[in-house]
Amino acid sequence: MLNRTAENVARATPEPLARKVRGISDKGLAWLFISPTILLLLAINIFPLFWAIYLSFTNYRANRPNEVVKNLGFANYQRILGDKDIWIAMQTTAHFVFWTILLQTLIGFTLAWLIDRKFRGHAFWTTLILVPMMLSPAVVGNFWRFLYEPQIGLFAYAISFVTRIPPTDIQMLSNVSLAPWSIIIVDTWMWTPYVMLICLAGLRSIPEYIYEAAEVDRASNWRQFWSITLPMALPFIMLAVLFRGIENFKMFDMVNLLTGGGPGSTTEVASITLKRQAFESWRTGYSSAFAIILFVAVFGLANIYVKALNKVKQR
Amino acid sequence: MKSSLKLALGLTSAITASTAVSNVAHAEDLTLCWAAWDPANALVELSKDFTKETGIGMKFEFVPWTNYADRFLNELNSHGKLCDLIIGDSQWIGGAAENGHYVKLNDFFDKEKISMDDFVPATVVGYSEWPKNTPNYWALPAMGDVVGWTYRKDWFSKPELQKEFKEKYGWDLGPPTTFDQLKQIAEFFQKREIDGKTVYGASIYTERGSEGITMGAMDVLYSYGFQYENPKKPYEMEGFVNSDKSVKGLEFYKALYDCCTPPGASNSYMGEGVDAFKSGQVAMHMNFAFTWPGLQKDENVGGDKIGYFVNPKGPDGEQFAQLGGQGISVVSYSDKQESALKYIKWFANKDVQAKWWSLGGYSCLNAVVKDPKFPASQPYAQTFLDSMAIVKDFWAEPSYAPLLQASQKRFHDYVVAGQGSAKDALDGLVKDWTQVFQDDGKM
Repeated sequence: MLNRTAENVARATPEPLARKVRGISDKGLAWLFISPTILLLLAINIFPLFWAIYLSFTNYRANRPNEVVKNLGFANYQRILGDKDIWIAMQTTAHFVFWTILLQTLIGFTLAWLIDRKFRGHAFWTTLILVPMMLSPAVVGNFWRFLYEPQIGLFAYAISFVTRIPPTDIQMLSNVSLAPWSIIIVDTWMWTPYVMLICLAGLRSIPEYIYEAAEVDRASNWRQFWSITLPMALPFIMLAVLFRGIENFKMFDMVNLLTGGGPGSTTEVASITLKRQAFESWRTGYSSAFAIILFVAVFGLANIYVKALNKVKQR
Repeated sequence: MKSSLKLALGLTSAITASTAVSNVAHAEDLTLCWAAWDPANALVELSKDFTKETGIGMKFEFVPWTNYADRFLNELNSHGKLCDLIIGDSQWIGGAAENGHYVKLNDFFDKEKISMDDFVPATVVGYSEWPKNTPNYWALPAMGDVVGWTYRKDWFSKPELQKEFKEKYGWDLGPPTTFDQLKQIAEFFQKREIDGKTVYGASIYTERGSEGITMGAMDVLYSYGFQYENPKKPYEMEGFVNSDKSVKGLEFYKALYDCCTPPGASNSYMGEGVDAFKSGQVAMHMNFAFTWPGLQKDENVGGDKIGYFVNPKGPDGEQFAQLGGQGISVVSYSDKQESALKYIKWFANKDVQAKWWSLGGYSCLNAVVKDPKFPASQPYAQTFLDSMAIVKDFWAEPSYAPLLQASQKRFHDYVVAGQGSAKDALDGLVKDWTQVFQDDGKM
C-alpha cells in the first residue's frame, strides 16, 4: 500500500523537480526538512539575541525611531554595574530566589517522601497537592491579592484568629517587611508541587532491593534515609532546584500582580526593573545591556550548577 | 436567453454596486483611540451625531488606563495605522510632536477658523501646545480634567460629629480650604465608627506602576511651593524641585498617607479611590474630576450625600491643582486624515461641546464653561471651573516617561515604603531628572 502511494507520488512529481530531488543526498534532504525550524529559531531567538547585543552598545530608544543612534561602547554596561538601584534589585532577586528554593525544596521533598509511603488515598492527595501548579499565574496572583486584603482578605483573618492582631494591621502587601514574604508564600504555595513531583520521581527510581539489603543489615530508618534515600534522590532534587532557580531568577508575573515591585522598591526584582527601563522609560539600549548582563549571569550560574549536578550523578 | 442575460448582468451590477458602496462606507470609517473609562462611553454616544451628519462611521479602540500609555505609545512608535484619531495624555504632547506622531493643526485651525482663544487657556497650554506657551498646536482640547476632592456631605453634616469636631479643633467641620485643615478632618474620621462601620480619613493616590503617586504628591507639592525648574533658567532644578517648601510638601503627603488612609491603600489610584469612596470607606477622596459624574449618580454615596471641593491651599496661601485631561489629535500615519480633520472640526462646534458636557464629558470650550448657566448645570460644575483655573502639569517633554518613572520611584520609596527622608527623595529626583535631560542633550 505504502509502496503504491510512493509510486503514485513519484509518478505525479513533475520530471524537472523529480530530477532535482533525485540529486539530493540523504544529508541534504535532512537539512531540507529541518531548515524551516532552524530558520524560525534564527528569526525569533538567535537574531533578537544578537540584535539586543548590538543595541546594548547604543543609546537607541524604541519610542524615538527617528533619532540618530549613537554608539556608546561599554557606557551602558558601566552605568548598570555602577547603579546602586540595580544592585538593590539584584539583592532582592537573590533574596527571593534563595528563600523560595529553600522552602520549596524542603516542603516539596517532605511531601514527596510522605506520598511515597503509599498510604490509603495517596493518589487523591497527590492530585489535590498538584492543583496550585495547574492554575494560571495571573489567576493565582489576583486571588492571593484578595486573600491578602487587610479589610476583607481571608489570610488576614486567619492570621488574626491565631495571633489576635487586628486583621487591618496585617498588611501583607503594604508593609515593607511583609511584602517580600507575601510573594515568597504565594510562589511556594504554587510551585512546591512541581518540586514534589520531581522528587517523587527520584524516590520512585530507587530500587527496592537496596532497602531490603539495608533491612537485612539492620540499618535504622534514619540511617536508610541519610545513606540511601537522600543521596540517590539528590540528582533529582538538584534538578528541581535548577529549574526553579532559573524560573525564579526571571520571576515577573507574580511580583507584578501582587505588589508591582512595591511598597517603594522593596519587592522590585531584576525583571521588574528591566521592564520599567525597557517599556516605561524606553531606554532600549540601556535595558538591552541589562538583559544581556542578566542572561550571562543566569547562563553562567546554570553552567556551574550543571557541572556540579553531573559530578553528583557520577558518584 | 437575452432576458436572462440582462437579469444576470443586472444582478451582478447591483451586487457590485452595493459591495462598492459598503466598501466606500467602510473605507471612511474612522478609528478613535482612547482610554476605557466613563467619558469614552459618552463620546461613543456623542459621535453618533457625527456619523449622522457626515455618513462617516466611527469605530473605537478603548484600552484600560493601566495599559493605555503602553498600548498607544507602542502603536505610535511603530507608526501603526490603527488609530486615525487619538485622545492622548497631556504629557505625550512633546514626544508626539517631536517624533512626528501627530499632525500639526495650525493650518487646519486657520482654514476652519477654529481659534484657540475660544478654549480655556490652561487646557490649550496643557493639551495642545508644543513647545509650551508657543502657538504650535498638535491637538484640540477635548477632555478637561483636574484633580479635586469629594467628601461625604452627609457625614460632615451630622450634628454630633460637628459638635465633637468643633470642640476638638475649634473650627466648623466643612470642606477644608487648607491642607492643614484637610489633615485635621482626615484624622478626625480615621477609624471612626459611622453607622456601625469603621471608616477612614481620606483616599489619596499611592499607585506605583504608572503615574498615580506622582499625580497625588504633585497635587500637594505645587501648593507648598514646588517648582519644576528655575523660571529664568530652564532645566535648572536644584533649589526648586528640592526646595525647603517642596520638602515640607512631601513630608505632608507622607504624614497624610501614614495617618489617614484605609489599611492596605499602598497602591491606590483612580479606580481604587472610586471603590473606597463608593463603598463608604472614606470621608474624603482625591481624584480626577472625570469620576465625579459617576459618583454623583451613585445610589449609596451620590446625590445629597456627596460634596466637592477644590484642592486646598498650602501653608503660604498658594493654591494649585494637578492637571489631567487630554486633547484630540490626528495621527500622522493615518490614511484618513481628511475625515479625521472633519471630526475635529465637528467636535470643536459649540453645540457639540455643549452636548459633550451634558453627556458627562468635560468641555474645554469657553462658550460652554463660561455660560452663566454652567455652574448650576451640575453640582460639581463650579468646583471643576475653580479647579481648572489653578492647574499645573507634569513635564510634557519627549522624555516624560523616564522623568515620570523617576518620580514614581522616589515618591513611593519615601511616602509608602518610608525609606530615607523627603529631602533624600527630592535630592534623588533632581539627580535622576538631571541625568535624563543630560541624556537628551538639554543640559
